[in-house]
Amino acid sequence: MTALVDSLLILVLLLNFFSLGTTRVKALINGSAAQGVVIGFVALFSQGELTVETAVVAVSAVTLKGIVIPRLLLRALRDVRIRQNIEPFIDYVPSLLMGAVGSGLAILFANTLPLAPEHEGALLVPTSLSTVLTGFLLLTTRRKAISQVIGYLVLENGVFILGLTLVGAMPFLVELGVLLDLLVGIFVMGIMVNHIGREFSSLDTSRLAQLKEE
Amino acid sequence: MPVHQVVLHLLCLLTLPPLLVGIIVKVKALFAGRVGAPLLQPYLDLFRLYRKGTVLSRTSTWLFVASPVVAIVTMLLAGLLVPFGYPSAPLAFTGDLVLFAYLLGLARFFTLLAALDTGSAFEGMGAAREATWASLAEPALFLGLLALVRRSGSMSLSTVLDVSLDRGWGESSAVLLLVFVSLFVVFLAENCRIPFDDPNTHLELTMIHEAMVLDHSGPALGLILQGAATKLFVLGALVVHTILPMSRGSSVVGWASFLGAMIGLAVAVGVIESTMARVRMKRVASLLIAACVLAGFGVILTAR
Repeated sequence: MTALVDSLLILVLLLNFFSLGTTRVKALINGSAAQGVVIGFVALFSQGELTVETAVVAVSAVTLKGIVIPRLLLRALRDVRIRQNIEPFIDYVPSLLMGAVGSGLAILFANTLPLAPEHEGALLVPTSLSTVLTGFLLLTTRRKAISQVIGYLVLENGVFILGLTLVGAMPFLVELGVLLDLLVGIFVMGIMVNHIGREFSSLDTSRLAQLKEE
Repeated sequence: MPVHQVVLHLLCLLTLPPLLVGIIVKVKALFAGRVGAPLLQPYLDLFRLYRKGTVLSRTSTWLFVASPVVAIVTMLLAGLLVPFGYPSAPLAFTGDLVLFAYLLGLARFFTLLAALDTGSAFEGMGAAREATWASLAEPALFLGLLALVRRSGSMSLSTVLDVSLDRGWGESSAVLLLVFVSLFVVFLAENCRIPFDDPNTHLELTMIHEAMVLDHSGPALGLILQGAATKLFVLGALVVHTILPMSRGSSVVGWASFLGAMIGLAVAVGVIESTMARVRMKRVASLLIAACVLAGFGVILTAR
């Protein structure tokens, strides 16, 4: 079971690198959607035995992160009709290398943490740290509002994985509440992206700095 | 290793590579809705080239003639180091994976020299590109092999690639997955497949490998084509053995799973070539660096 979960978590890591390296907004959205689906399966298998609660969390994660949110974003993308290139502040290769170094450090750091015995040596904590870091990188180094939304999504994926180590202690209502918050957040951001696109015919957030009243 | 196993390995190494090329071409044709050339067309092409005469430029030296020979001989030697269907390759000793990597390097070195030897600016450009990408593909190959070495604690390709279920395939599947993806990228780059290079174009701005062999003709070109097909086969064998969970203990199961996986690999390459476009030159570097990153990550995981 741990081998399966580890392989799934490696897929999550691969998708992290993919989102840092891809040049297209649509590929970025699809990558985050795939990551959401994989994380749903991680949630299903990481607890050892199958309970109703983990099944509910897994199914809702897959439907929200894998289907609903990507469709919302793709729709927003189609509506604002922007150019497909991501145009980052930091180029793809440097951000990929930063992500790789960060992931390596996350593994080293997770080894020093006083974890519960069942999580020791597993990839759960390092992957979550690396995913959070990837989310931060996407949020801060990408120019377009819509790729920043995806950075936020990836960040939340990392938090979700970290939450899986606490499922025993944390009531699953909290987990579901977080998912609902995420959906609402993305919904609001989608509307915002739409408005930015309609007002300024560009989603470049670096230009929002000049938005001052005279 | 018994004699009949060596003979079978050699037979496979000498005869099967063009078939792999044929399968890729067929898959691409089917994707495009065409019937396509017959599966055995690469063999016919090779026979045609071997029967032709050779045209040699007066300005070229012995290097130009030597390079196709070196290219095919090094590939055949490399093929003796990689296990196919049997548990072990005909040649297996400690450190043979370094020899494997540098046999690829030697073949590339001679191809580059021959390209420069022609004195054509065009071939020089192809050589420069090849050298640039190779300097990025080689670290990825070495890091991937290093991860495998650390996982298995051995320095011989035959042992390193034995990843069957009873040899810890399950426990280290994460490492193997990373190494597989990274080596697959190296496999595509080394064999000049899409998305790195288009083996079909003869458009000077986009070519890498094809630009270097434009001046070769007749049997020399035939040797180069067969060498390229052998490289595809040998590196392909390396790639599929990193994740093939079949035990290679019994020879029938070993050969069946190996040949099945090779056909699967050829189909996968065909699908990738039909669905992806060639990436821009600038992006080739980032793809190869990503492969290095993944392999390096595999090394970190084994060190945990």
